This record gives sequence, C-alpha cells and structure tokens, in this order.
Amino acid sequence: MSTKIELVPEDLGTDREKEIGQHIGYRYDVNLVPDYDRLTPFLKKYLEVMDWKDLNWLEDIHLGYEEDRAAVFDRNINGWVTVPEDMELPDNQQDRDMIARELLIKFQMSKRHPMVVLRDNYGKF
Amino acid sequence: MATVDKSFEAGLHSEQLRGRTQQTFFSATEEENFTYPYNAFEVDRAKKGEFDAQDLETSEINIKIRSLMEEGCGHIVVKNPRAKHSIGVGILNRLTLDFEGSLGYFGCGLIDGPNVNISGRVGWSFGENMMAGTVIIEKNAGSTFGAAIRGGDLVCKGDVGSRTGIDMKGGNIIVGGRTGTLSGFMMQRGRMIVLGDAGANLGDSMYDGTIYIGGKITSLGVDAVPGEMTELEAGWIERKLALYGMKAPNGVKNLQKIVAGKQLWNYDNLEPHEKKIIL
Repeated sequence: MSTKIELVPEDLGTDREKEIGQHIGYRYDVNLVPDYDRLTPFLKKYLEVMDWKDLNWLEDIHLGYEEDRAAVFDRNINGWVTVPEDMELPDNQQDRDMIARELLIKFQMSKRHPMVVLRDNYGKF
Repeated sequence: MATVDKSFEAGLHSEQLRGRTQQTFFSATEEENFTYPYNAFEVDRAKKGEFDAQDLETSEINIKIRSLMEEGCGHIVVKNPRAKHSIGVGILNRLTLDFEGSLGYFGCGLIDGPNVNISGRVGWSFGENMMAGTVIIEKNAGSTFGAAIRGGDLVCKGDVGSRTGIDMKGGNIIVGGRTGTLSGFMMQRGRMIVLGDAGANLGDSMYDGTIYIGGKITSLGVDAVPGEMTELEAGWIERKLALYGMKAPNGVKNLQKIVAGKQLWNYDNLEPHEKKIIL
C-alpha cells in the first residue's frame, strides 16, 4: 500500500491554508474526468447491465481519504467507507478512482448495506 | 426494541461522533450484484409496458409506472403526459422510460438509474436532485434545470431557462442550445456543457466543478474564471456529446472552460478587506 504521505498530504499547501490553519477544498482532483481505457472488467459489466455507454454517476466517484485512510464517500449513507488496509493501491488517481467505483458499487448493492436494514425498519412501501 | 437492535447491527450507533466517519468498511468478498437490494425491482428490458396518461392524475401515473416495474417491465412508454407536474419521480431502478409528449414542473426528480427519453418540452426544476441515469429531452426546458443534480447525464437538446444547474453537486448537464442567467450558480461539483450562448453571471459563486460554453458568455459571475482545457477533457467531451448525437459548433477545443477562482473558499474566514477585494 502506498505511504500515508502519498495519500494524504499533511502539509498545508497554499498561503491561504497556512493563514487559516486548515485545508481548503479536497485532497484530490474532483474535476478529473475518467480515462475510459482504464475501466475494470467489473465496471464494464455494470455498464452493460445498466445499459449505459459510460460511467454515468460513477464519473463523480473518486478515491478520497478519511482519517488518513483511503476511503470512498457513499452518498446513500452520507459517510465514508474505508478501503481495506491491505489492499494494494495503484500509483495514479485514474486507476485508484476505478477501484473506488468498483468497491462502491459492490458495497451499495450488497445486502449488508445500512440502507437494507433502514428499509426493513422504516420503509413505508 | 427489535428495531433498535437492528439499527445497532447496521452500525448506526457505533460511529465516532466527529467528522463523518461511520466505521464502515469494504469487504473484498462481496458477491456480485448490480441492483439495489432494497427498493429496486427485477426488470427485463425486453418486456415493454405502455399506458395512456391522458385522464390520469400525477400520483396515478407514478403508481402505474411503479406497478409496471413490479410486473417486470424494463421498458415503459407513457403516452399523453400533457405537461403534468412531478411525473416520473423517485425511480430507483434500471429502466427505459419514454414520455411521448411534454412534462410540467419537477419532472423526473430524485431518479437513480433509469434511462428517460422525452419527446417534448419540460417545465421548471426538471431532474432536480437526480442521482444517476440518463435523461434526454428533445425540445426546451424551463428554469432551474437540473437543480442540485448529484449524478447522471441530463441532456436538453434545445434551450434552457435561467439558473441551470443551480447548486449542482455532480453529474453532467448538457444543453444543445442556450442557457439563461445565473447558470451554474453555487455549483459545487460536476460538469455543465452548453453548446450555445450563456446568460449573465455564469457560474456565480461556484465552489468547484467545470462549465464549458460553446457560444458567447454575457458575463461571468463572482469567482468564476476561465480555465484551461486538457486533452483528456477534450476527449471526454467529444465522447459524451457523441453519445447523444450532439456536436460542438466550433469544435470541442474551442469551448470556453469556466472554473471556480476559489477566492470564495472559506469565505467566513476572510478579513473584511479581503471580502471587498473579491466582491
């Protein structure tokens, strides 16, 4: 796995950040568009099932960082889902983002997703 | 009591009370599944269902769409929607949904997955809070088109009104014609591609995200600044437009790219004189 320094830049970058003592914005490029040559086989299959010609909403999914750990933000639970510590991560954002997309789909569609329990308990129909 | 136990099992009471950490972890051994295990129906795209909405109320139309999905229809055609409001909302399913006619206000809001085609026009706040899927509108759209959209492709082949993509937090809004004033207002993430002209105060107070304009820009809003197009972006836009049979009039590389100047970031922490400089 890549080192913490590579994942989470600890230094405060801009003068403005140094002045106010906190990070501004994200620790990765949220505007990076996907490179379609790097799709994983799982993602190709997902697009086929959904009848989409591209990554659609997954274009906005990037590998982020929460408390020094690689993580993906799941909008359905409004929280970060952490990548297993022993998972080897590629050295570039494009490939990391593809892994993040794959992990997020697997998690959202799994029966252990918190929304499953929420629906069982509070679903109206 | 059982309810409380289950919510503990889901980890809802074990999160650390700082930041947004939920102590939730991926498992590398998740089984392969491509639909939500909650609130989604198993549908077959080859199974088609259609109905005439001429004499139906909004809620009746939405219930009818839902019941057809329950029956396994993966392709639904709604005839004569007659510009009724709030139709086709809250669909969390993979589905092909065709509307033969126009929709009113708040159409197709909160959708997560369907591919929607609309042969007519749409009213205000179309596709509000859209999460995923594709929507293609053949004619024009009203104001606040794609308000607070989170993901997916929202495509209007004609013109759209003012405040397009207001507060958008992800996804792609693609407009074949012109867009009105204050488009991209308070945009936070995502991409907006407008092949025609853009009205005044484009991208006003945008926090992040990217806007591409093919025509003239009347004026930029506060903290919206020109950006530089990369090869990767150009290729991505070309690919995206081709998906919907669209083309940039002067070529993708001549689109004007607008991004956040990021001077408004952490605005509350700025000194009064700094705020004056920006505004």
